[in-house]
Amino acid sequence: MTEVVARLSDVSRVYPPRAGHAAVHALGPLSLELRKGEFFSVVGPSGCGKSTLLDVMAGLSPPSQGTVEFENRRIDGNVPDGVGVVFQEDASFPWLTVEDNVAFGLRRLGMDAGEVRRRVDFAVGFMGLNDFRRAYPSQLSGGMRQRVCIARTLVLQPRLILLDEPFGALDQQTRLLMGDELLRLWRETSATVMLITHALDEANLLSDRIGVMSARPGRFIDVVETGWPRDRDSRLAERPDFGAVTSRLWSLLRTESMLAMGQGVAAAQ
Amino acid sequence: MSKAGWIRTFVLVAFFGAVEALCRTGVISPKLVIAPSAMVQAMVKLLGSGELNADIGETLSSVGIAMTLSIVGGFALGCVLYWLPPLRRAFDPFLAAYYSLPHFAFYPLLIVIFGLGSLPLIVLATLFAMVAMIMATLTGLDRIPRVLIKTARMQRLSLVSEIWHIRLPAAAPHLFSGLKLAVTYSFIGVIAGEFILSTSGLGHQIAYSYDNFDNPKMYGLILFVLGIATAFNLLVFAYERRLARQRGL
Repeated sequence: MTEVVARLSDVSRVYPPRAGHAAVHALGPLSLELRKGEFFSVVGPSGCGKSTLLDVMAGLSPPSQGTVEFENRRIDGNVPDGVGVVFQEDASFPWLTVEDNVAFGLRRLGMDAGEVRRRVDFAVGFMGLNDFRRAYPSQLSGGMRQRVCIARTLVLQPRLILLDEPFGALDQQTRLLMGDELLRLWRETSATVMLITHALDEANLLSDRIGVMSARPGRFIDVVETGWPRDRDSRLAERPDFGAVTSRLWSLLRTESMLAMGQGVAAAQ
Repeated sequence: MSKAGWIRTFVLVAFFGAVEALCRTGVISPKLVIAPSAMVQAMVKLLGSGELNADIGETLSSVGIAMTLSIVGGFALGCVLYWLPPLRRAFDPFLAAYYSLPHFAFYPLLIVIFGLGSLPLIVLATLFAMVAMIMATLTGLDRIPRVLIKTARMQRLSLVSEIWHIRLPAAAPHLFSGLKLAVTYSFIGVIAGEFILSTSGLGHQIAYSYDNFDNPKMYGLILFVLGIATAFNLLVFAYERRLARQRGL
């Protein structure tokens, strides 16, 4: 049997009512098992709780009900060792150079300078940032800054990497290239990756399995196995059976997306 | 020199040249304004005579104390208000309306409370400057991107480490604007206070020469105060440029 890295059991997240707002049931109840070394993507209509799911898995926010486990230990709202997150927004530190950004976490751990150097060299080279080591984030494009954030997570050698629409703000060509790099990173680090995205093609291309979520409160309505070879890249999109998976995802999501839009309209009224 | 620099230099030279010419030809009476060159001479003579050393020392130390108190105190109070939202909501209207108050109108009251001397001046200047620092601290802490705080949590930083390594550097540009305002307001507070009612200090000396029609001394002193304020601002400006360059800006 395949080893399970992270396990969510009957997890739901309800945001308590606040002045003038009713309680929001954002997520679940849902269950999920991430298999060691797999690339799992989550797609779902906007506002379905994808980011909430990521926050709960990362230990950034506790589940209202149910349990979250990472490597068979309950985490429930505490960030465990071995999990890294790359956020959608630019999270690079503007006051540090690229290499200091990347070295940040290692220095906080008090790692010796030689090891820091070795790991930073690797991550900076891996993400193609060698020419920008001494540059500041303000001197880099959005795509480059996101690479800095990925490198900063990478140096900590996480066993589970959570990505919250990390390419959401990037243009289409850059997204495709970053997707290839992500696949390369996944293969070479043998980490488990969970990617949150709204791009069905991206989810299809990158993933072993894709969890399709319902409109809020988000639950998994289906988990699609793609069956792609481990050694894949963006050229996968040329395969005739590639489109079939995307179509399947869309047919699952179409009704839910319309529902989500309806929620938006109702909320606006 | 940049184009803007040339324009700036030209405007300054033209202005002082024109004033010089108008004064020397008697178009402007020396009872109103003395020639800029005479101001410089008067300033050099005043500084050389040493008669004002005590006043200079007194004013600058008052400014220095007010500056330090308002920066340190403003930052500390800003942090307290930030961590205690109910307290902040309670004080928000006061902070918002604070600079519509005529602070200097309270100066006589401060003299009654603290007596004549440096203390009421320091209190006045600190009250005047501190709130700018409080507000800048609040803005700086408010504007820290949430994603950086989340990043800090993912890096499993301790609270102290998060504050030192993430929150403070992220808030630094706003803290610095507050610091600049606090520096300026401290100067204004002390010197303007000395103008109103004081027995010593640069502001008092300017007001005293004004009352005695001692134009060379008055203008010499004004020039000196201008010089100190400018020098201080340049210093802060240079430091700010250095910080900005450290962020590649």
